[in-house]
Amino acid sequence: MKPEDLRYAESHEWVHVSEQDGQQVATVGISAFAIEQLNDLVYMDLPEAGRTLKAGEEFGEVESVKAVSPLYSPVSGEIVEVNSQLPDNLEWLNEDPYQKGWILKVRMSGDEGLDQLLDHAAYQKQCAESG
Amino acid sequence: MVPFAGYEMPIQYGSIVQEHQACRRSAAVFDVSHMGRLRFDGEGSAQLLDHLLSRRVIGMKPGQVRYGLICNADGGVLDDVLVSRLETPSGTDYHLMVVNASNREKILKWIQPHLADFPKVTMSDRTEVTAMIAVQGPEAIGICSRLFSVDIAGLRYFRGVVTEQFSKPVIVSRTGYTGEDGIEIIVRAEDALRVWENLMLAGRDQGITAAGLGARDTLRMEAGMPLYGHELSEQINPLEAGLGFACDLDDRSFVGDDALRAARQRGATRARVGLVPEGRRPVREACAILDAEGQTIGQVTSGGPSPTLGHPIAMGYVQPAAAEVGTTVRIDNRGRVQEARVTALPFYKRSRTA
Repeated sequence: MKPEDLRYAESHEWVHVSEQDGQQVATVGISAFAIEQLNDLVYMDLPEAGRTLKAGEEFGEVESVKAVSPLYSPVSGEIVEVNSQLPDNLEWLNEDPYQKGWILKVRMSGDEGLDQLLDHAAYQKQCAESG
Repeated sequence: MVPFAGYEMPIQYGSIVQEHQACRRSAAVFDVSHMGRLRFDGEGSAQLLDHLLSRRVIGMKPGQVRYGLICNADGGVLDDVLVSRLETPSGTDYHLMVVNASNREKILKWIQPHLADFPKVTMSDRTEVTAMIAVQGPEAIGICSRLFSVDIAGLRYFRGVVTEQFSKPVIVSRTGYTGEDGIEIIVRAEDALRVWENLMLAGRDQGITAAGLGARDTLRMEAGMPLYGHELSEQINPLEAGLGFACDLDDRSFVGDDALRAARQRGATRARVGLVPEGRRPVREACAILDAEGQTIGQVTSGGPSPTLGHPIAMGYVQPAAAEVGTTVRIDNRGRVQEARVTALPFYKRSRTA
């Protein structure tokens, strides 16, 4: 997945929506910018598959040496898959945040949340302004 | 950059973990100019400080540095400080007290009324006209040995000296807040940049690294050192904090001494302990510590990952019954209960081969 082709939440999660068996499935991760800002990740807490999320709902947390940051779901739906190896391999987030560093796959229950997302250019602008 | 006690301070220059490792393996440089520096001149300086400190100051020899507490009348800790007795090359003898940045104003106000009893003493706040730089790590002394007019390698632990770095006047002490060997340097504010650059150049081959507040915190936690506002406060007395070694309670009197003697007589109602939480999820300040029945028996005061040990560590206060090393307690880590083992402090101790 190329960062240019993804959409982003203001809270720094990225989303890629694809169609699987006639259903919309969103892959969710966190952006390279956010990972760089977090600095020195030490712990990640992820939910179990099967849980239902609403757009904007907290689903887990990522923790750096200094701080804990909540993770928010950019979309609504049911978690169908979790990258359960990721908490044991946090370096994947630094090395490859858009492939190996994916976090969740969510079978979307609708388009809720999608209109809130930024395209790559708009997200870059947000990062430049906050950095 | 974050605002801290009126100073703009970096949490990190690059990576907290890398800065931490540089200090444990080679050398790190810290800008600690925010720490308060108070100078006491004139006859009676030692008597004034002796009256204010839990630690004996009368009888300190030129070049000696001591750690002590300033307590209120109830024995609560107003600040933890380092006092040095120094002598300039021209023979001026004075005391210097380094206080926590966040307590500087409070301590200045606290001392002010006591000055009336010591009319020949002048107290001057040197914080803003000077800067302070710590160089810490196994390579620190080697890197700095060529930089000063005196041989720093010959300066013993908790000793200080007034000297020069390339004709810039400096105070160097063999002290620190990381658990490593090293020095702390006080320079005139206008010379600080030059002195800093000289240190970075001198340590280039050893990989000397600038380190921020983040690494300073993880390093002092591993070294089991208390931080004011976390392990120390006006509601905590030094005996509970495990700082009995810094309280000279016999044959002298100082502010808070009666309360501390009474506290010693009564026995502790809580104690500062080291904690190693199970698993990898760090526990943080303010998490409740529980016993097996779920009753609150204490609180975490500092916690985070230990880059050196590779697992979380924490400090906190617990009831004496749970303070014994090896006790298993539970910690309410933001709604999830995590077991932790009470361990001896410090978590990390450098090997003293040098």
